[in-house]
Amino acid sequence: MSQRPDLAYWAGVVIAVGLLFVAPLVLPPFWARFATEILIWGLLAMSSDILIGYTGMVSFGHSAFFGLGMYGAAAALLTTKPPNLWLTLLYGLAAAAGVAAFVAFFATRLREIYFSITTLVFSQIFYVIIFTWTEVTGGENGLTFRQPALSFLGLGSLPFTATTLHWFVLAVVTISFLVLRRITQSPFGKVLQSIKENEPRTRAIGYAVERYKILAVMLSGLFAGLAGVLYALQNKFAAPDFVFFTVSGEVVIFNVMGGMGTLVGPVAGAAFFLLLREGFSRYFTEYYLIPVGIIFTAMVIFMPQGLLGFLKRRLNS
Amino acid sequence: MAIPLDQILIQTVTGLVNGMVLALVASGLTLIFGIMDVVNFAHGDLVMLGAFVGATTVATTGNFWLGLLIAAVTIAVFGALLQVTTLRPLIGRDPLTTILATFGISLVLQKYAIWQWGPSARQIVEPVSGQFPLFYLEYPWYRILTALLSGAIIGALYLFLKYGKYGIWIRATTQDRVMAAAMGIPVPLVHTAVFAIGAAMAAASGVLFGPLGGVTQNMGFDFTLRAFIVVVVGGMGNLGGSILAAIFISLLEAYASLVVSPAQAVIVSFVALILTLLVRPTGLFVPTPK
Amino acid sequence: MLLRLEDIQTYYGKSHILHGVSLEVQAGEVVGLLGRNGVGKSTTMKTVAGVVRPAAGRVLFEGKDVAGLPPYKLAHMGIAWVPEDRRVFRLLTVLENLRTGLERPGVTDQRKHALLEKVYAYFPVLAERRSQAAGTLSGGEQQMLAIARAMMLEPKIILLDEPTEGLMPRMVSQIKDIVHRLGGDGVAILLVEQNVPLTLDATTRCYIMEKGTVQHHASSAELRANHAVIRQYLGV
Repeated sequence: MSQRPDLAYWAGVVIAVGLLFVAPLVLPPFWARFATEILIWGLLAMSSDILIGYTGMVSFGHSAFFGLGMYGAAAALLTTKPPNLWLTLLYGLAAAAGVAAFVAFFATRLREIYFSITTLVFSQIFYVIIFTWTEVTGGENGLTFRQPALSFLGLGSLPFTATTLHWFVLAVVTISFLVLRRITQSPFGKVLQSIKENEPRTRAIGYAVERYKILAVMLSGLFAGLAGVLYALQNKFAAPDFVFFTVSGEVVIFNVMGGMGTLVGPVAGAAFFLLLREGFSRYFTEYYLIPVGIIFTAMVIFMPQGLLGFLKRRLNS
Repeated sequence: MAIPLDQILIQTVTGLVNGMVLALVASGLTLIFGIMDVVNFAHGDLVMLGAFVGATTVATTGNFWLGLLIAAVTIAVFGALLQVTTLRPLIGRDPLTTILATFGISLVLQKYAIWQWGPSARQIVEPVSGQFPLFYLEYPWYRILTALLSGAIIGALYLFLKYGKYGIWIRATTQDRVMAAAMGIPVPLVHTAVFAIGAAMAAASGVLFGPLGGVTQNMGFDFTLRAFIVVVVGGMGNLGGSILAAIFISLLEAYASLVVSPAQAVIVSFVALILTLLVRPTGLFVPTPK
Repeated sequence: MLLRLEDIQTYYGKSHILHGVSLEVQAGEVVGLLGRNGVGKSTTMKTVAGVVRPAAGRVLFEGKDVAGLPPYKLAHMGIAWVPEDRRVFRLLTVLENLRTGLERPGVTDQRKHALLEKVYAYFPVLAERRSQAAGTLSGGEQQMLAIARAMMLEPKIILLDEPTEGLMPRMVSQIKDIVHRLGGDGVAILLVEQNVPLTLDATTRCYIMEKGTVQHHASSAELRANHAVIRQYLGV
């Protein structure tokens, strides 16, 4: 095991974080916001990578975790006075955990295709419930609320500006990344990868595969919910559109384009996709998905290891 | 809260009609899955494309049957091209990859439809007008015709598979693709042909459904989702099962819409899926494996 | 020379199964391929049938290198494979199973009819059960169906992989008779078998494999007398 790739890797991470830290100070407001969004979607993509890239379970239901995180945050911000940041996080994570437990129950009973279809159905179930239960969820129009202030236990609070919110998001996402990386490199993470490579063999060796899958789904759901909370904080609204399958689909695109099973890859994939969307919509307006979709499909066929995998191979040779 | 009997009976007829259209979509999907292990995420979008091609043809020629035929043939050819270019290279890779690939195709097709035909919905004029009294309603003849036509197409498929030389090829390839190849059956060609047949059936259902529910650019996803549910409940790869499941699910939804709004009625299909996966994952309508 | 394998190397995933297999079969010859379980006999058959692609080496059929061609092309060229587990199409009827080999380009209805009649003459029990689902047949009947199905291809060579495995002694002798008859008809046969006496009786020469290569090659007459070799490569 050579030290140099490790060093290069962490150097890259530090540089990326540094650039993102500086971003809101040097970029015009539109692009500064864009950077914050990349971070949030990147977190969502990382959470999905735990399932797709490490455990080998393609989930089309991440919009449910994300959306419930968002609505959970909304619940906190609308019902507690004054709105408290940490309570918001708690509510959002709790909501996401609830959904994750529900999905985890089924996850262990279904293989591959059935799991994917079921997660898709789940995100649609939640969509329909949220869409039609207008009294509680605001239905089609969603909910709007105000941003809480950044409060430091007892030390006073500071309302967010776009810049400080960005730094808050950056901090949360960076910490999440470090936590997830630690987990994926741990023995637990290795078992997940073993499940992806060869589930029957992993079971035969003696691992309680079901238990690992449940934990993987819970982990994935929690971090996806966290992304939802961050989104609610940034945009101050929650809408059923985010629970609709499309979001799940986009997350999968981030994963594939960036490189499954690398954690950083999906973040890069999110950035790549969002930039492509921005760029293409200048020329193709709302049809940007046609070229992006074609690129995605081509990547599935010819570059299944994603951008990062492709780069890794190039650097190694 | 008692629901009047005639309402229930009307919903039964509606459920049966919708069920037959859904059965047509689902049989294509299950056929494709059975023979090449491909879960075609873009199947509903083939329905949508067929509906648009049909709508355009009917609008220009005034002939519904011509629209049906041209839609089926066009989408069959398109499906064949699609399979050869994007799915054939994926044979042997894990099923995750084909789900992702067909998902990507679905995105492109949906947006393409908007680009090609614009964002507004289309209409297809029904080929037979006129109604007959069904209890307290004037029930359109066309709906009955739709159910009969769907049934006829499925029946034709069944006969084709059971008799005829290509039916044997398809069934043999579905059961054991390696041995079929060793017997001289050109398996890659069979795969393409089956995909084309599935696509044609999807297109036909789109055109048949047109006068019932309109032709919209996002109808694809709805069909895909429902077809997936039907195929799982009916048993993946089981043709008879998907037909029964399609009718079963449509009847459930029809009855549910008596008490809740149609948007919420769709939850019963979801619940049916979940129950199937919990209780009998191989399919509710599959005979117990020996 | 009908079939020649030159230094075939085949892998299953990462496992290196065939480490350089070379053998040849003349037109009309009945040749045996012997060896203990797991030495690579079936893999060799699969390589010839095109079911498995060799990583290196040549498969020459009537002089042409056919390694890497898809199985259905090889079937049309005259290579018929009767796999170890028979692999009849269980949900198809006996007749439909046979028809999978009949519907080839350039075969007239008359010839199809004649082929069916010929196969029913070889295997009367199949004629009786022609409308039955193949999955309901007994093991011996399925073996006969698998062989009959291969005959439908009018092959130049039949790759017969362990045809007597799991069969009762009465069926075993029936299979032996069929192999004799097929050989008499001028069809080449490459026979893989665990039943050594039957193989030595039915074939003119035998290859013996061990550890993924051919280790010994002799006429069946010689081998019948050479107990030492038999014990070395085939003894338990």
